[in-house]
Amino acid sequence: MSKVIDARGLACPQPVLLTKKALAEENRVTTIVDGETAQQNVTRMAEKQGCLVRVEEREDGIYLNISREGEPAPEAAVMLDAPPPAGPLVVSVASEFMGRGDDVLGNILIRAFFHTLGEVEPVPDVLVFYNSGVRLAVEGSPVLEDLRALAQAGMRLLICGTCLGHYELKDKVAVGEVSNMYSIAETLLGAGKVVSV
Amino acid sequence: MGPETLAQVLRPLTGIFLPKDHPDLLVGLDISDDAAVFKISDDLALIQTLDFFTPIVDDPYDYGAIAAANSMSDVYAMGGEVMLALNICGFPCGLEPAMITEILRGGAEKVQEAGGVIAGGHTVDDREPKYGLSVLGRVHPERFWTKAAARPGDLLVLTKPLGVGIISTAAKADAADRAHVAGAVESMKKLNRKAARLLMETGIRAATDITGFALLGHGSEMAEKSGVRLRFALERLPFLAGAREYAGDWLFPGGAGRNRKCYGSGVDFAPGVPEEMRELLFTPETSGGLLAAIPPARIERAQELFAAAGQPFWIVGEVAEGAGIEVGM
Repeated sequence: MSKVIDARGLACPQPVLLTKKALAEENRVTTIVDGETAQQNVTRMAEKQGCLVRVEEREDGIYLNISREGEPAPEAAVMLDAPPPAGPLVVSVASEFMGRGDDVLGNILIRAFFHTLGEVEPVPDVLVFYNSGVRLAVEGSPVLEDLRALAQAGMRLLICGTCLGHYELKDKVAVGEVSNMYSIAETLLGAGKVVSV
Repeated sequence: MGPETLAQVLRPLTGIFLPKDHPDLLVGLDISDDAAVFKISDDLALIQTLDFFTPIVDDPYDYGAIAAANSMSDVYAMGGEVMLALNICGFPCGLEPAMITEILRGGAEKVQEAGGVIAGGHTVDDREPKYGLSVLGRVHPERFWTKAAARPGDLLVLTKPLGVGIISTAAKADAADRAHVAGAVESMKKLNRKAARLLMETGIRAATDITGFALLGHGSEMAEKSGVRLRFALERLPFLAGAREYAGDWLFPGGAGRNRKCYGSGVDFAPGVPEEMRELLFTPETSGGLLAAIPPARIERAQELFAAAGQPFWIVGEVAEGAGIEVGM
């Protein structure tokens, strides 16, 4: 089922609250807002709940088409050219090396992998780093520049906080957001596809 | 009104009153700060400020007390004492007189607590209630604080936790826990007087209070006027119970976005600082604490004084050379 929330003219946080309430009952919600702040706040809240948000700017307002992962996105009048719905593409990075065998080779491969990632299709939505993979996201990492470029391009980078603590790298994080197992598990389980490297 | 618009509408006024014509106006339009300071004699300067706003909590007494504490806060942010206050009121015709009495009683008892007196006021009809004070304070003309005196090496301290803005926004939308709201109300009602006195004994130079432009907005002004860079550490910043939770739910008021738009370009966040915490530091506060810069040699003394007085005190960062603000983990 899908629901439309007309939040035009409402002050924050009303658009967020109405959308959140609707999402508790429906898997697809379209929220219409009339300002940048409301757009941003609703989008951030929905994404945090693991939803996909498609923005459609119309003359009479900004239409935020929100769908829970795995659910068909809002269609009909609201979404005219929607691609086939799918959850986000997640790349899971469990080690600072790519593949098992020779670590020198593994280091060369992982550098090449992240260097290539910005140029190939499809583009991943989220990169999850855990265990020794977190070493790639801290100061001195050989792939830092590429990761920063990917983050800049809109990719989300989740870095396992427990792992940072284990390697004593908490204050060395140089890119991405420090995350917890709850978010990481949610991201992996809610993914359309998970690619492990 | 957002800070950018405010600066824009005030710009034409700067040409009307020229600093050279008013040498006794020590702080005013030319060097904007928390309040105006006017020198009367070699050992007396007056501090003048006013503030009023629409109801921020349901209880009329609390509303009055918070509005008064917030109005007087600017006097404390300049290192002064409150002398005299006048009520500024806008009330709907239909509002019950008992309700108005409670608002005014809340304000009056707060001014009494501050050691000042309310000597009158003015009321107009208004659709939405508005209440606040015009406050007159006093300070030694050579010993008032400004935002312009922070020096590299100073430590930054905060005297109240952050988060009343997002909690009261959540409360207005019926999305806040009662205990959280009570915590925010207590924090907003609390006068900055004791904290200011203790800071005075510490011997500080630069202070401001945290209100509508949020920690990062008021911090930006301090950085700009002092010609320094402020470095905050996220894990050292104190937050009221509930604030992080509502930030996680993204229940921000519109003012947070306005502040971010105005001050965001001068703020650098460490990559690990979560999105919602960045927005929370841009969220307007009401009757917030004092943000002061203390020379490192005096920090121990300050800690002792605050601990002995049972007053909260957090070291939240440091002053560095450069410009703008940095928020690290």
